[in-house]
Amino acid sequence: MTTTDGTISRRGLIVKLGVLLNSAAALAFAIPIVRYLFEAFSRPDAKGYLSWISLGPTSQFPEGETRLATYRNPYVTPTDGRTADLPCWVRHIQAEQFQVFAINCAHLGCPVRWFAQSGLFMCPCHGGVYYRDGSRAAGPPERGLFTYDCKVEGGNLLIHAGELPTPGSPAAAVSQRKPLCA
Amino acid sequence: MRMISNIGKWLDRRLQLEAPIRDIAEHAIPRRSASWWYVFGSGALTVFILQIVTGTLLAFVYVPSAGEAWNSLQALNHQVTLGWFIRAVHGWGSNFMVAIVLIHMVQVFLFGAFKFPRELTWLIGVCLLLMTLGMAFSGQVLRFDQDAYWGLGIGASIASRTPLLGPYLVKLILGGPIIAGATLSRFFALHVFIIPGLLIASVSLHLFLVLKLGINDWPMPGRIVTKATYAKQYEDLLKVDGAPFFPYGIWKDMLFSSFILFAILACALFFGAFGPSGQPDPTIIQTVPKPDFFFRWIYALLALLPPSLETPALLLGPVVVIAVLVLLPFLAGEGEKSWRRRPMAVLSVILTALTLGMFTHLGQYSPWSPIMNAWSAQPTPEMFLHNRTALERKGAAVFQEKQCRNCHALGGSGGLRGPALDTVASRLTQDELIRQVLQGGGNMPAYRDNLTPPETTALVSFLATLHRPGQPPAYDASRSVVETSNSDAAGGHR
Repeated sequence: MTTTDGTISRRGLIVKLGVLLNSAAALAFAIPIVRYLFEAFSRPDAKGYLSWISLGPTSQFPEGETRLATYRNPYVTPTDGRTADLPCWVRHIQAEQFQVFAINCAHLGCPVRWFAQSGLFMCPCHGGVYYRDGSRAAGPPERGLFTYDCKVEGGNLLIHAGELPTPGSPAAAVSQRKPLCA
Repeated sequence: MRMISNIGKWLDRRLQLEAPIRDIAEHAIPRRSASWWYVFGSGALTVFILQIVTGTLLAFVYVPSAGEAWNSLQALNHQVTLGWFIRAVHGWGSNFMVAIVLIHMVQVFLFGAFKFPRELTWLIGVCLLLMTLGMAFSGQVLRFDQDAYWGLGIGASIASRTPLLGPYLVKLILGGPIIAGATLSRFFALHVFIIPGLLIASVSLHLFLVLKLGINDWPMPGRIVTKATYAKQYEDLLKVDGAPFFPYGIWKDMLFSSFILFAILACALFFGAFGPSGQPDPTIIQTVPKPDFFFRWIYALLALLPPSLETPALLLGPVVVIAVLVLLPFLAGEGEKSWRRRPMAVLSVILTALTLGMFTHLGQYSPWSPIMNAWSAQPTPEMFLHNRTALERKGAAVFQEKQCRNCHALGGSGGLRGPALDTVASRLTQDELIRQVLQGGGNMPAYRDNLTPPETTALVSFLATLHRPGQPPAYDASRSVVETSNSDAAGGHR
């Protein structure tokens, strides 16, 4: 590409220009592709996944009992089908005091089941067990059940949800601070 | 015949492939390497091709949508002619693929084939193993049923424990805030485009290296590999004792491949397709999710690791394993090839196989999982109710109603999470039983808030009857002293 006297030949220059132009084009494609692929990394909360969702009138949940409730996830896509219908456990403590637990075991996310007779939540996967207030009773979980923030408005029970609770997600840590809803 | 030969000539005039194909087919191999031990690589390749064919056929019907995938699998199983069979072959092919790849790897390891100059072949092989496992997991996700749905939850929960990056990784895996349509779509892309593309490229490179460097010579105890002399040694070996791969080596590969294909066919015909289990509807929580066979050992490990070790093991374990596999050819790239002179290699294979086998076996019957319906489905065996007082029978009812059976077996039925209680009264005194029931401990929940005092009394009086026949229940000797002094004190007041 360089001539014997050290200057760059015309073809050499054009080849270099070609490399440069194609690199620029590759970069122009790469930026949107990477952002498309790694949307989760660039703006995790821009979509506003979390919002207040109604679980229905509080009269559905008798005082002193724990019942399964379902809600439609606030963020859905057309192909979600039934996967966007999510369950949670509602514990009506008394009057307007509620606790709403995620269905997902705090160990690895399997669906916990409520046993009213023994007042325990049991997980079928690795044997995590929780008391009626969601605190850890036995098994591998390192903490209690994930709790959604909740409130009563116009006779309806509302929870702040929209993301899969996992042991490492910040949402899980936040909700742990405010277990009771009044 | 003449016409075919003419077409062949016409094509080769343009493609010019005859000579290179002949070179490949007839490349020299050491005569002893034409062994039954050297058939697993080609066996894996055969199954891989079968997987590509059956996978493509499944894609004719399968719909990668969270709302429709399960229905399309039902259509494959019940509506489409022989759809079940293609599913069965693909499912069994996947099991055979993982098994053969593992056996191939063990053989390569024990025969020292990873040593100089075949380090790169080994490294690509490690990538192929990881990709094969990736295919097995993503394939399980595409069988979009309850196990797949909750399995994704487990995957996300594991990923979420990564320091700092956890929440981002979860969204990257799920493609959104929850396990839903976007999740299945990205696993479809992984299973059908990304990993297979990488697999085809890596398999080609793997094979290219086998041809370039020659198949591993039969390891002879005492024949030491050194970087300075190996190439010459191998060349001499080929001169003295070489034979063309076709037909000296290939016939064993061909027989083994056909055997494997027939085995997959037989399994598909006799055992049928895998699932799908229940619909991927998260509101149906009456489910006991379990991973596929080759991931059962992880399932067992996650149940048995102490909580404090779990996150480090989950995050560091894979890194350490991959690092060991990658570093192996660099740390042991020279020296003895024969397993007869490498006791540590043999021991580590045995240890790994035993460990994985034991955890897989445990994962099979998962003693750590409570049996969710034992309390309502498995009545107290009659022999524990004969000649019992009303109070003791009431206690048996409490035992049943409070779901104790979900974790404790009686007469061989019930959960295995806690100890079987057939002879619990031989181990614990009444006081200890009361304490254990009310306060829990040793991985048992405390029942103080869920048992009334009469229920506790009844329950413990029933438990106290569960001792070895002909042997009195455990008894606290000091109890009689306390009881006597109590009655004395009471008598004194009178």
